[in-house]
Amino acid sequence: MTGVRKFFKQHGWSYLFILPSLATFALFTLFPVVWSFIISFQDYSLARGGKWVTPFYANYVEAFTILNGIFAVSIRNTLVYTLFTVTANIFIGLILASLIQPLSNHLRTFFRAAYYLPAVTSALIIGLTWAYIFNASWGFANWPLRAVGIPPVRWLSDPDIALASITLSAVLTIPATAIVLFSAAMGAIPQEYYEAAELDGAGPIQRWWNITVPLLKSTTLYLVVLYTIASFEVFERIYVMVPSGVGNSTQTIVTQIYNNGFKEFDFGIASAQAFVLFAMIAAIAVAQFRALRSDVEY
Amino acid sequence: MATETTKTAIFTQEQESSKRQFRFNGQGILRWVVLIVTTVVALFPMYWLFANAFTPILATPPLTPILVPAFKLDNFERLLVNNKFYLNWMLNSFIVAFVVTTFHAFFDTLAGYAFAKKRFPGRNLFFVLILSTLMIPIHVTFIPLYIINRQFGLIDSLWALILPGTAWVFGIFLMRQYIQTLPSELEDAARIDGCSEWGVFRHVIFPLARPGIAALAIFTFVRSWNDFLWPVIALNKAQNYTLTVGVANLQGEFMTDWGIIFSGAALAAIPMVVFFLFFQKYFLEGVRMGALKG
Repeated sequence: MTGVRKFFKQHGWSYLFILPSLATFALFTLFPVVWSFIISFQDYSLARGGKWVTPFYANYVEAFTILNGIFAVSIRNTLVYTLFTVTANIFIGLILASLIQPLSNHLRTFFRAAYYLPAVTSALIIGLTWAYIFNASWGFANWPLRAVGIPPVRWLSDPDIALASITLSAVLTIPATAIVLFSAAMGAIPQEYYEAAELDGAGPIQRWWNITVPLLKSTTLYLVVLYTIASFEVFERIYVMVPSGVGNSTQTIVTQIYNNGFKEFDFGIASAQAFVLFAMIAAIAVAQFRALRSDVEY
Repeated sequence: MATETTKTAIFTQEQESSKRQFRFNGQGILRWVVLIVTTVVALFPMYWLFANAFTPILATPPLTPILVPAFKLDNFERLLVNNKFYLNWMLNSFIVAFVVTTFHAFFDTLAGYAFAKKRFPGRNLFFVLILSTLMIPIHVTFIPLYIINRQFGLIDSLWALILPGTAWVFGIFLMRQYIQTLPSELEDAARIDGCSEWGVFRHVIFPLARPGIAALAIFTFVRSWNDFLWPVIALNKAQNYTLTVGVANLQGEFMTDWGIIFSGAALAAIPMVVFFLFFQKYFLEGVRMGALKG
């Protein structure tokens, strides 16, 4: 008895301090994740609850076969979008961070803030703005084309180019997080490295390529994972730029989860698809963990 | 960050040497061309949205793009007259963001403190559990959340947004990182002076952690204000929408009155832009701490 009392006297406060956060986390994240996993093996309806499907993996098969395999197309679209967006974000972020690094503190802060400003606005508003820019009849994007006599492009309604237009809008959103993080990492590189390289006769570009870029490896890796996950989950931009989709050409993983879950109310299929997304993201995270671990060795 | 505390002489010297190291070419003209062009690219969409919103447009925008706004409020006036819910949406967004932010600013600091400074059985287990869920896509939770909220009749109420909003664990992680950097001597001194554990938190940790809490609060607020996918699932009636959901629906409602649509989107962006201009330092600090995407 005294042991229990002593335990609570010693640790009671600690448990009390973590309790509220842990409780909401368990209730509104942990429990739903577990339940969602169960639903992914069920035929679930709001009226009569869940019934197990047979074979147990039927929802996962159906997730890929419904509507002539539209989910596989969605994964492909998402991967194409991700490949271009992530590559561009890393590349642009690295270049711009390098360019603002030698500036004075004031100028560096100014540019970081200017690049960051659009990111505080919701993805939805930014997406809407791009939808207007790409409007086929009066959008800004067709204005220079019209000026030189090219017929207006149907940026968002032509199935062959809609995904490219959406990707372009993402590429042109300057990657503010990458700039801020690269910039912070560059500030932490010891000056001696550069001085030594300069004595050895290395030029500025050589120094940048041989010292700065390799030493930013772990930041780069972190950003690749961050942007890859964000791109896998792309939704708002698509939802507002092409509200009803352009055939299958603009379907992505999350638009499919949304459609199946909250338009068709086919919770089993939507849950299975959500766990496919989960598996893809987990694979990326494991790969990052491996790469970081191999880093520690030297 | 260390450079900020070093003496000015060393500081300028470092600035000078780094100036040489990062320079791509002698002239530096290319640098300025790239920086200015990318700044224009970054800010142009927002600028164009505002230029259209502040220029009276009754139906379709003109073919020659509006680059210099007329600085007239006609569109905003029509928006607020014709859309009786716009101010409701703004109020709803504010209430949800405010409640969720208050919750995180207080309880995440409390939990972050326990994880950072206290030793208790299960500490690592709980912390790893929390960390491991950070990579789970939130979409996985939406279907059960929808079922639960329906069961309790919370769909179409702000509770449906507030309750799941309190479950974001990144704040705990963030406050733990922040509080770990605080010295322990003050806590120990307070304890020796007879402070209870709550007293130590209230009088020592909370005041010391204020800059971290400010960063956490600011981006929790922005995150909640900008949230879209779960609100669009959980809210069905127009008067209950939050701002993002309402704005997304303006086009369906007003069809071709683009003046209203532009001003609705612009007005939704203004609070966060103003917020950013005021608290810029905390935003960038938040990004550095790894809390924001963008």
